Amino acid sequence: MKSLEELKALREKMRSQIDNRSVAGADETVIKVGMATCGIAAGARPVLDALLDEADKRQLHSVSISQTGCIGLCRLEPIVEVFKDGQKYTYVLMTPEKARRMIAEHVVNGNPVQEFLIGEN
Amino acid sequence: MFRSHILVCGGTGCTSGNSRKIFEALVERIRKEGLDKEVHVTQTGCFGLCALGPIMIVYPEGAFYSQVKVEDVDEIIDEHIIKGRIVTRLLYKETVGDDGNIKALNDTNFYKKQHRVALRNCGVINPEKIEEYIAYDGYEALGKVLTEMTPQDVIDVISKSGLRGRGGAGFPTGRKWQFAKNSVGEKKYVCCNADEGDPGAFMDRSILEGDPHAVIEAMAIAAYAIGADQGYIYVRAEYPIAVKRLSIAIKQAREYGLLGKDIFGTGFNFDLDIRLGAGAFVCGEETALMTSIEGHRGEPRPRPPFPAVKGLFGKPTILNNVETYANVPQIILKGADWFASMGTEKSRGTKVFALGGKIHNTGLVEIPMGTTMREIIYDIGGGCPNGKKFKAAQTGGPSGGCIPAHLIDTPIDYDNLIAIGSMMGSGGLIVMDEDNCMVDIAKFFLEFTVDESCGKCTACRIGTKRLYEMLCKVTDGTATMEDLDKMEELCYYIKENSLCGLGQTAPNPVLSTLHYFRDEYEAHVRDKRCPAGVCKKLLRYQIVADKCKGCTLCARNCPAGAITGKVKEPHVIDPDKCIKCGVCMEKCRFGAVIKA
Repeated sequence: MKSLEELKALREKMRSQIDNRSVAGADETVIKVGMATCGIAAGARPVLDALLDEADKRQLHSVSISQTGCIGLCRLEPIVEVFKDGQKYTYVLMTPEKARRMIAEHVVNGNPVQEFLIGEN
Repeated sequence: MFRSHILVCGGTGCTSGNSRKIFEALVERIRKEGLDKEVHVTQTGCFGLCALGPIMIVYPEGAFYSQVKVEDVDEIIDEHIIKGRIVTRLLYKETVGDDGNIKALNDTNFYKKQHRVALRNCGVINPEKIEEYIAYDGYEALGKVLTEMTPQDVIDVISKSGLRGRGGAGFPTGRKWQFAKNSVGEKKYVCCNADEGDPGAFMDRSILEGDPHAVIEAMAIAAYAIGADQGYIYVRAEYPIAVKRLSIAIKQAREYGLLGKDIFGTGFNFDLDIRLGAGAFVCGEETALMTSIEGHRGEPRPRPPFPAVKGLFGKPTILNNVETYANVPQIILKGADWFASMGTEKSRGTKVFALGGKIHNTGLVEIPMGTTMREIIYDIGGGCPNGKKFKAAQTGGPSGGCIPAHLIDTPIDYDNLIAIGSMMGSGGLIVMDEDNCMVDIAKFFLEFTVDESCGKCTACRIGTKRLYEMLCKVTDGTATMEDLDKMEELCYYIKENSLCGLGQTAPNPVLSTLHYFRDEYEAHVRDKRCPAGVCKKLLRYQIVADKCKGCTLCARNCPAGAITGKVKEPHVIDPDKCIKCGVCMEKCRFGAVIKA
């Protein structure tokens, strides 16, 4: 390491390693995947993997992705809840492809994907 | 990106509670479940709440699991990591709010009043991975210093921040660096005193174990400020985890070019080596420490000349304590005003204390200077266990003194502690309750200094020994009132005639207890009685005939066969045979055995 730029580059690279190593702050987007038996059976794991992968690819640092227990609406699993700007959005019947689209349109650009939300189903 | 982080405490306290095995079991299970791409397990430094170890935290939920056992690992993985259900049974109960939700750790009584500066990375990063330190702004201060500041700028910032030496004496750090910078010399040295010897103090150890790079970075900054290119960390060999993590940290810093030649391409050279201390307490004294690094027997030498003028190998040297260094990168990054905004007028910043003794939350706490003893002991520490009454707190180890209960509202800083006859010391804080005998405490510390006196000065070598013998007379009940006066006289004699800090402060525990607890000394001497019931020679166990049911339990358990009596009749203890082990009192179900 011979310059401050190199130090900075390494720090940026390491940031994704320490994301989620704190309780999410008020300005962070929190994404929760229902991972109870119902969720797992309906395919929540590939959804979770896709969310993590997409967030990593896009280097999103103010996003916390974790799992939660049974949300209660087992027939609409996999369910993903997004807490953003003080609002809660419930995405249902998710797939990895839908998850990636949700990250792009909702988390990054701020436009909730209406057709995946619970009210629309 | 990981969806979850499991941080397992790898400090000495939790390690002795098997945290290493817990860590390994977690890693193994995570790997088996195929979760290693999404869940990260890290072994960190000390979280501070050692009383409840082994500790682990799972983020992003912030679930603080305490007293975890290896057998709990499967449940944590099955429930929390796989299904997202927090294992409430293992949560530190302070973190569970009235509504059943998890409270932020910083809202719990133990952490609420704390302010972590020196300990900021302890319990957060993996100390064996330099990249994690860098992720939390590590080595940025060094970069800033080398590229934007002159050595004088650095010293000015440190001076302005008001940082004082955290090793105990509280000498202004900026002034020390200025002296060394002003000293003319081709070769200069930067040393770190990690020879933490006070009984009950373990903050330096925890910093080295939890955040070794902070010390390395600060030493490089100090070297730049005074014009040195070589540093030594003098650390006790009794701190194996600290030594290991420090060695790893130095190796990694060298690999990244953060130690060595031409750092950040600025032409600045600095390298660092570890020197192991063999455990002599006197080697924590600066001149003895340097003599020891030079390869000689660790004995102090007179000052002046001060180390800043003529130190290690006769060259200008600065020597700072681990905790002092740990503050430096933060001061450079956040500015002198930020640091000076914490604490009191003459003692800026924060101080780490190691809470020990008769206190609920044994552990490591960092509080702004000026916090009162009451806040530390009751609000953070949770008070004395079993509803016992707080009697005194001992600060400063064998060099310090006892602070009695009526001074508990004293705001803690360097000058206030000196004014009430104690001292900051390295920050050990031992709490004593009504069951502690103050003469016995003074004797304990004096026994320590008798062992640890290097023997160079007669006053210290023989004086402490004689003082110890006089204390023994008090606890044996054979002392006279004149002995108390003689003791006091001897204390001042030792203080005035010793060369180094060890001897000059060794009588402090005796002087301060004599001052605040003279009634206890007098009870031993005049009434042949130990009020706390500790001193065995003055103790007598008795059986209250009215309460004794004659169950024979005490007689059957007495190892000395000192208890006699018939079944269903009151028993009697023979004082000549009694060895005062207290087993009878412990075993009696009727409270019939009392200390007289």
